[in-house]
Amino acid sequence: MNEEPTVNGGQALQWLRRAVALPYLWMLLFFLTPFLIILKISFSDPIVAQPPFTPLLEWGAQGFAGLRATFENYAYLFQDGYYGIIYLSSLKMAAIGTLLCLLLGYPMAYYIARQPPRRRQIMLLAVILPFWISFLLRVYAWIGLLNNRGVINEFLIRLGVIDHPLPMLYNDFAVYLGIVYSYLPFMILPLYANLERLDLDLLEAAADLGARRWQAFVDVTLPLSVPGIIGGCLLVFIPAVGEFTIPALLGGADTLMIGRVLWDEFFINRDWPVASAVSVVLLVLLIAPIMWFQRLQRREQEAAS
Amino acid sequence: MKHRPLMLITIVVFGYALLYVPIVSVVIYSFNDSRLVTLWGGFSLRWYASLLSDEDLLGAALLSLRIAVVSATFATALGAIVALALHRVNRLRGRMLLSGMVTAPLVMPEIITGISLLFMFISMADLIGWPASRGATTITIAHITFSMAYVVVVVRARLAAMDESLEEAAMDLGGRPVAVFFDITVPMLLPALVSGWLLSFTLSLDDLVISSFVSGPGATTLPMLIFAKVRLGVTPDINAITTIIIALVAVAVATAAVISGKRRPEAA
Repeated sequence: MNEEPTVNGGQALQWLRRAVALPYLWMLLFFLTPFLIILKISFSDPIVAQPPFTPLLEWGAQGFAGLRATFENYAYLFQDGYYGIIYLSSLKMAAIGTLLCLLLGYPMAYYIARQPPRRRQIMLLAVILPFWISFLLRVYAWIGLLNNRGVINEFLIRLGVIDHPLPMLYNDFAVYLGIVYSYLPFMILPLYANLERLDLDLLEAAADLGARRWQAFVDVTLPLSVPGIIGGCLLVFIPAVGEFTIPALLGGADTLMIGRVLWDEFFINRDWPVASAVSVVLLVLLIAPIMWFQRLQRREQEAAS
Repeated sequence: MKHRPLMLITIVVFGYALLYVPIVSVVIYSFNDSRLVTLWGGFSLRWYASLLSDEDLLGAALLSLRIAVVSATFATALGAIVALALHRVNRLRGRMLLSGMVTAPLVMPEIITGISLLFMFISMADLIGWPASRGATTITIAHITFSMAYVVVVVRARLAAMDESLEEAAMDLGGRPVAVFFDITVPMLLPALVSGWLLSFTLSLDDLVISSFVSGPGATTLPMLIFAKVRLGVTPDINAITTIIIALVAVAVATAAVISGKRRPEAA
């Protein structure tokens, strides 16, 4: 990785050095700047206009007074208990969804990693394949299954297991199911990558020393797979906190998730400064897990190279 | 592993069922003659026929495809440059910032990306008068921005696994750097470029949240249209759309499998 520039010819490198300015500027303009703007707007007053916030250029003119006047959006968030409850509820739902995903994904990754190579590939492909079909449509598919008159309820009623349809749609249960279903591949892949590398000699050694299978799993496999567990959990948890589509399609009126509230604040209430403040707080909440994930990734990369 | 742990196998079977039952059920019910989801009214292609006469839907599908092709192409080109620069250029100025910016979209909540980009476009319109209105162009820019992150990941992984001795040999034999780049490096990167493009294409075609924010009046993408319909419950014509998309994906995957199957002997 750190070879001398001569290897690739100075000319090509020179070209690359110049060419990278384009994507660099692109990301500065369309990724970094937008965040500075959202930060700025979260500190500005709502006005009844199009667009409904005080424009960017007035920032300088307002100066410090403007800054002081407009912590209001944040004060509003913290005084109004409603948002606090929604943030907590989002974190809770994402955490439970992640845990359920782990409980299902770990045994699957473990099983796949123990298969012969050919079957391993097929099973792994089968995990990834649904990812290529529209996320929106896959979430939608559950509506037809979970309905009161949906496939599952009709089936159970016909079998005589239940008399009345089980309420499975438009509630928190459906959202958990949606999270597990949608993010399962993101849990399985890092776990698989970790479990596949596991040195089987260690398990043999444990067996030779008289450990039962279960004991060997708890004492050897599980501790060694902790990086995979953390990676998979973060990969599910981080997007699940801000998830919009799943609670919007499968959740009930009382399902409180911040992504959905943000959408309503934005499109229905049209209070953009509050929506910005809500976004900034969400981002602050996610910074710790995101940093953790990036550190983990860097370490993986270093271990690989 | 001699004895088969029953519990483990049960969980694995359940997991795969969870992944595939919804998809299979949608495909089956897309051929259902009845409007009611659960009542089987006999085999019918009426929902497919109704798609063909739905002009809003065809328009949205066309718009989505156009945006997906353009944004995937740009994202692949820009993403490949970033990956190459991060991998090959030793003292890249602002490397940390660049590397941070191209990985952040992977973990950023879509809803925040959407809102912040919308504010960006509005502020730009205020300052320089562009973009005058939001629509296909702003959606494409947004899609390029987040897709690029995925391309960088895919291409970097390939670069890390790539054997650089071929390029070195070509250089030693007197190949000009530009020729070596296009004759050796690009072909070796091709699988990663193709999967990066396909990934970007799929992500763009699928995006609901970010498009909803940065779109304007008159530009409705397929996911936006589908979302508006399914928010009210199950509609059989959406089952038909899903089935068509599944068929397309199946064909694409099969093609990719055949191509990579053919390539395997020389790659190994």
